[in-house]
Amino acid sequence: MDLEYTEQYQVYREEVRRFLKGWPLTGEEADRPGAAGSFRKRGIEAGFVCRNVPTEYGGAGQEPDALKDAIVRQEFYAARAPGDLTSQGAGLLVPTLLEFGTEAQKKRFIPKALADEERWCQGYSEPGSGSDLASLQCRATLDGDDYVLSGQKIWTSNAREADWMFGLFRTDPSASKHAGISYLLVDMKTPGVEVRPLKEMTGGMEFNEIFFNDARVPAENLVGKPGEGWAVSRATLVHERNLIANPNMMRDTFNDLLDLARRVEINGRPALEDRALRQRLVEIEGYVRTGETSSMLQFTAGVRGEPLKAMRPMMMGKLYSTDTMQRIQKCAYDLLGAEGMLAPASEDVAGWGRKVTATGWVEAYIFSMGPSIAGGASNIQLNIIGERGYGLPRDMRPPSS
Amino acid sequence: MDFGLSEEQELLQETLRGFLSKECPASRSREIFDAGAGHDAALWSGLAEMGFVGLNIPAEYGGAGMEVLDLALVCEILGESGAPVPFFGHVMASLALIQGGSEEQKSLWLPSLAAGEKIASIALCEAEGEWVPEQWQCGVAGDRVSGSKSFVPNADVADLLVVGVAGGGLVLVETGAEGVNVENLDGIDRSRPVFRVEFDEAPSSPLETGGDVARAVSDAGLAMLAADAFGAASHLIDLAVEYAKTREQFGQKIAQFQAVKHQIARLALDIEPSRALYWYGAYAVEHLPEDGPRAAALAKSHITDRALSAARAVVELHGGLGFTWECDVQMGFKRLMFDRGFLGTPAALRDRCAVLAGW
Ligand SMILES: Cc1cc2nc3c(=O)[nH]c(=O)nc-3n(C[C@H](O)[C@H](O)[C@H](O)COP(=O)(O)OP(=O)(O)OC[C@H]3O[C@@H](n4cnc5c(N)ncnc54)[C@H](O)[C@@H]3O)c2cc1C
Repeated sequence: MDLEYTEQYQVYREEVRRFLKGWPLTGEEADRPGAAGSFRKRGIEAGFVCRNVPTEYGGAGQEPDALKDAIVRQEFYAARAPGDLTSQGAGLLVPTLLEFGTEAQKKRFIPKALADEERWCQGYSEPGSGSDLASLQCRATLDGDDYVLSGQKIWTSNAREADWMFGLFRTDPSASKHAGISYLLVDMKTPGVEVRPLKEMTGGMEFNEIFFNDARVPAENLVGKPGEGWAVSRATLVHERNLIANPNMMRDTFNDLLDLARRVEINGRPALEDRALRQRLVEIEGYVRTGETSSMLQFTAGVRGEPLKAMRPMMMGKLYSTDTMQRIQKCAYDLLGAEGMLAPASEDVAGWGRKVTATGWVEAYIFSMGPSIAGGASNIQLNIIGERGYGLPRDMRPPSS
Repeated sequence: MDFGLSEEQELLQETLRGFLSKECPASRSREIFDAGAGHDAALWSGLAEMGFVGLNIPAEYGGAGMEVLDLALVCEILGESGAPVPFFGHVMASLALIQGGSEEQKSLWLPSLAAGEKIASIALCEAEGEWVPEQWQCGVAGDRVSGSKSFVPNADVADLLVVGVAGGGLVLVETGAEGVNVENLDGIDRSRPVFRVEFDEAPSSPLETGGDVARAVSDAGLAMLAADAFGAASHLIDLAVEYAKTREQFGQKIAQFQAVKHQIARLALDIEPSRALYWYGAYAVEHLPEDGPRAAALAKSHITDRALSAARAVVELHGGLGFTWECDVQMGFKRLMFDRGFLGTPAALRDRCAVLAGW
């Protein structure tokens, strides 16, 4: 164990920092639309952003080096500079295509997703198929060179802003549940694709329903082989859970909570001086610190090529993080007085953003339940931990009919 | 940047685990536990022969010269097996000697402590929980010490005590000397019994640097207790998993009930990731002076608190059997009660963490 970086990496960190002196942009450049995008592009050219994506797909094409990845992440994060995107496209689709996509698909889709020139949404859940995703009913029927789509998706985040969707469709209803599913890329402008907004309980409007009425999608937009969609989607899911299990976010939100505790009062004194609250804050920090150190442990296991040694903490990452975020938000909500009865203002409804105003905290208090449901609900995570982590028996399956 | 164990450290844990599963199976722990002896002399010599009891003592005095993290790794395995040995007090005392002893004191004591021929322990607490140097009142006049210390682990078998005194200093006292009276406090954890020790003008010899050493040794102790609790709780979770896979009710293994599976998964979720928390605490007390004291206090408060809650659930998961003296769960449970209280309760340590953060 050694938490120092060797000289080679210290030098690298200095290089990153030198590059980041250019952020935030100033003057005329800062005001231009797409300023963040052009800075990100510069980051790719400098070899810091999209490090592991080959240059022919619009990445920086650097040698894989997890320590450099980590240094870049830390420094960009500290500078709040636009680095690797965590959007559905760059964060979820790109790694999936790198693993399963054809050469043509990689060339066609990855560069635009990385540059944020095409936005993506994830079309998995259906009204009758959430946790039991493999029961999905949306059909894709091969007709000549096209798949013809029919059915409905639901709770699709950001579908209205999206240019494309990656989704799961049943291509072979006669095959067994998991084997009949395929992974398709769908242009949202395709005739027969209809998006209807759904309002979330926060008041936000990220959610949508998508209806497919004989929408025709070229068969070349299939990722993997027909019937391999389940395996392909598992790869996406791993990336999604890793994005949710983000220790930086826990630490940031915890620091925001401390700021809140400095501002509000208990018995006429700053809340942070109240013993009961201090006890609670340290208790919560125990979870935050555990999340941070555990992700360091998992990281080292990965760097050493021994990920199996960190299998248990890895499969716990998502639930640990969402539980911890909920603890933070419950504590923050307890610090709000009557303001806790106010509705979030529209500018608060930013989802994952940093919290300053009271109504922003109200929004975050409600929002923090979302990640516990998305990407595999907590009960499903508990099944995974129990079954795969500790060898407990699988849930009883209904008899196959 | 590498946050993982070395091959030697992994081997250290595996070797000790293997040794204990042979020499200290649950049945042996149980014998000692039931007899209330609190110390397995044969096991202790075995550990000494393998070099575990002098792990942190510099090589020039016959030890292995290893770090606090290595001690914590050993504590994790001792916690798993609930081994009735005076390891914790012994290494706390030797840490104090290493950091604060004069050359003469070190050469007098460390070689026999490293070999396990002599046993040492640490006497810090006064009254019902005054663990902090500023609270100590034991008085030293000339080379004599007077006063009372409580919760001294394994004082009955110790030859040497490191005793915290007024002003935050530490002195050495031999238990065989005149004016030393040892009384069993009937502690709940029979694998590490605790004693009250009265000093009535007992001969003593001071360590060189007082308050800082006492603090540093306590911080290392916090990390070790966090590790011990992590090990004990992990073992209890293993017991729950095993029991759930074998016990049948309503015609099926109870693990088949999702409520049971989720209960176990929640316990594991509360404990398993915090392995990294104790590693970090143990590493930080030695290598990151800015963060070490707080990291150790945070690790010990968090892990012992979570572990004891987990232990309560493990008792419940064992049903009526879990409530019996006969069931091995109680041994781990009580080990955790020691880990929780020694060197300060979670509440006391959380107060300290808040202060150290400047809140
Ligand atoms: C903020 C947010 C964003 C989302 N974004 C997207 C998106 O972009 N694209 C997309 O496709 N979907 C998205 N979803 C949908 C999400 O994937 C599903 O809501 C989730 O998989 C759960 O499915 P469900 O809603 O049908 O709940 P259900 O599966 O019906 O579950 C209801 C309850 O039953 C429990 N339960 C279900 N099965 C079991 C079991 N076997 N054992 C024990 N308990 C069980 C669950 O834990 C849950 O508490 C999003 C959801 C949220 C909240």
